[in-house]
Amino acid sequence: MFAYIIRRLFYAIPILIGVNLITFALFFVVNSPDDMARMHLGDKRVTQEAIEKWKTDRGYEKPLLYNSDTDGLNKFTETIFFTKSVRLFVFDFGSADDGRDIGYDIKQRMWPSLAIALPVFLVGLLINITFALLLAFFRATYIDVWGVVLCVVLMSISAMFYIIGGQYLIGKLMNLVPISGFDLVGIETVKFLVLPVLIGVVMGIGSGTRWYRTIFLEEIGRDYVRTARAKGLSELRVLFKHVLRNALIPILTGVVVVIPLLFLGSLLTESFFGIPGLGSYTIDAIQAQDFAIVRAMVFLGSVLYIIGLLLTDISYTVADPRIRLS
Amino acid sequence: MLSQTPKRFWIWPAVIVAGLLLLLWGLPQLLPVCAKYQLTDILIFCLVAGVIFLTAYIRHKPHLLEPWRRVLQSHRAMAAAVVLVVYVVIGLLDSIHFQEPLEGQPESVGHYSVDVPSLFDFMTRSLQEQTEKTYSAPLATHLFVKESVVLEDGTTAQQHRRLEHGGAHLADPQTDKWPDIAYTALQGLVWGLLLWSLLALLVSVWHARTAGLSPGASWRAIWRGRSRYPLNTLLVTAGILLVMLAILFTLSQKYHVFGTDKVGQDVFYLSLKSIRTGLVIGTLTTLVMLPFAILLGIMAGYFRGWIDDLIQYLYTTLNSIPGVLLIAAAILSIQVYIANHPELFDSAMDRADLRLLALCVVLGITSWTNLCRLLRGESLKLRELEYVEAARAFGVHHFTILGRHILPNVLHIVLIVVVLEFSGLVLAEAVLSYVGVGVDPSTISWGNMINGARLELAREPVVWWSLVAAFILMFALVLAANLFADAVRDAFDPRLGRIPRN
Repeated sequence: MFAYIIRRLFYAIPILIGVNLITFALFFVVNSPDDMARMHLGDKRVTQEAIEKWKTDRGYEKPLLYNSDTDGLNKFTETIFFTKSVRLFVFDFGSADDGRDIGYDIKQRMWPSLAIALPVFLVGLLINITFALLLAFFRATYIDVWGVVLCVVLMSISAMFYIIGGQYLIGKLMNLVPISGFDLVGIETVKFLVLPVLIGVVMGIGSGTRWYRTIFLEEIGRDYVRTARAKGLSELRVLFKHVLRNALIPILTGVVVVIPLLFLGSLLTESFFGIPGLGSYTIDAIQAQDFAIVRAMVFLGSVLYIIGLLLTDISYTVADPRIRLS
Repeated sequence: MLSQTPKRFWIWPAVIVAGLLLLLWGLPQLLPVCAKYQLTDILIFCLVAGVIFLTAYIRHKPHLLEPWRRVLQSHRAMAAAVVLVVYVVIGLLDSIHFQEPLEGQPESVGHYSVDVPSLFDFMTRSLQEQTEKTYSAPLATHLFVKESVVLEDGTTAQQHRRLEHGGAHLADPQTDKWPDIAYTALQGLVWGLLLWSLLALLVSVWHARTAGLSPGASWRAIWRGRSRYPLNTLLVTAGILLVMLAILFTLSQKYHVFGTDKVGQDVFYLSLKSIRTGLVIGTLTTLVMLPFAILLGIMAGYFRGWIDDLIQYLYTTLNSIPGVLLIAAAILSIQVYIANHPELFDSAMDRADLRLLALCVVLGITSWTNLCRLLRGESLKLRELEYVEAARAFGVHHFTILGRHILPNVLHIVLIVVVLEFSGLVLAEAVLSYVGVGVDPSTISWGNMINGARLELAREPVVWWSLVAAFILMFALVLAANLFADAVRDAFDPRLGRIPRN
């Protein structure tokens, strides 16, 4: 298995190179650094000096791929491609437009993100699977039919409605918790976390429950379930011991891959609740058109995704001893 | 009876499409207007033409027609389809753009106004032009905020000023408003019922003809649920929608039914205008991604080897970037491009339209990977089947095999994915517009409405109406799309829909 993990890590390299090339093409080839400078400086009649200064401040004054002014290896390292894209591989994200170190900011901001995303993920998983098992237990009855319709209704509501509605109802009308804000100070933090976590969980119930229900129903149709029933096992025992266990593989396929991405947080929730996590960091960067941050987040996101894929494979072997990675 | 496909099944759709084209091109020639179709309009027309051809094709293929029959036999899908038709009609009316000649200058023939309204704008002109100064609540007669007003005796006072259009015909809003609203709504109700009776008549006559019943018997059959399709559901849904729309439209002539927004535009008008944006994003995105996803997906599965590796690499790479970030990165660089090349666009509207199309393309690029992977898996299975092997043994060209044996057998997957993705795309538009990488800020869309209204929630009392209007219209569209998609999936993928009853 160790060899397998090493090999998978090597497979990740071309993918990361691909991601890097895509972002490089998007940010530097489609638009030259001059275009970016002009866009940022706003005015149509900016002088060339102002553009040059903007570029020098941010290190965009170098040539894109090949620097003929220097010699030796510097011909390739003193370029935008090397300083801005290749350096990402060692997680050197450079600095943002306002001069702050992106790597430092990311390290600071991932904890608040995780504080929201992890409870949402765990509680959501538990609730969705419980509801799905309930629907599977009452399959082909009115409870199941209307449960599914309810799921579709919940799915059709915009995420923004959940957030705004939740903030209005619980934060403003009932005045139970602060509408927004965040503070990482021990037990007091909880009062800021309750509402975003609650809303995050409710948002996912519709699609989650429906998804797990399909998985369970697929398993319930199989022969081993009929055998288990024929042995005289109770329906509850069949559901929990047999169906749930065997449904683990399809569940893990969808679930494990998102675990590393929890660090990135949720764009909407964080921005609406004013949580200083990576989600709101990304949104602020997009709105301020800070390309360095967006580039760093794209790279980080794909690294985490690849880790997620690897974890998925490893989790299979834990869930099902018949599966061996080689 | 197995009906053979007539060789020339395409004649009727071709006639219909040609007729529509003639209408779109010829009618503006007769009227004093100049047709000015946007890029997205043209793509929408292509989509409509494609749907017409496909419908004609499916009609002659019993094995393709049967699942669609099953879809329409479900009550839920029928109700959803009626709702979707209403949205599509409004969206299509909003896609026929033209310019009107400048008024008062008869000598300037060939000079047109800068505005490019759509047919829908033309029909709802009163709504569009009845703007107020700023916020007003639904059905209000006064502005929402107090203003300093100079009274007759020269002093100033803080007052809610009367609206210029909403309820302006009332002498005394205090006493007259609600009776007037009730009366107007009643008028609308009558109109709605009249329209509905016309529809009901048409439907029952059609049913009588196809089922070979007398009109009376057909009417009874429909309401007792004995018609082949759930026409009772169709009529009830259509009735509710028609009555609702008729009441809203009659009321909207005198009042702002959903209030007005910050710059005084009618929210009812804005939320109806947003329908087109939502539909464009939901459908054109699919149109853009479909050729790539299908071609690459079946090629990867069929050829295997290095082609498979390459295509898998391509979609794993794209997939590994979190969707919002890829969209943000792409839209940001398109923004820079648009900002630096103002000479490419005639007007702000062209620019907004191109941005909408760019958003569709970008969304398409991020969402094709899922379909591609599914198609690859299915073609991997299909290529091992005997008939494909036989075709290969006979030396049939690879691409002929792909087109004739693989493609038709994966189309149900394509259909299911396309229908399922639609609602997600409509919802995504709102989120992306909030993040700042959605449609152009000048494009009317639910996302922009929500975004604009969100900041006003902090007010006391709350300005809730644009938010609620946008959410309700979006919810109705997405719910209808989801219910319809479920029915389509159940009909086309028998494996998924069945509930084991043991």
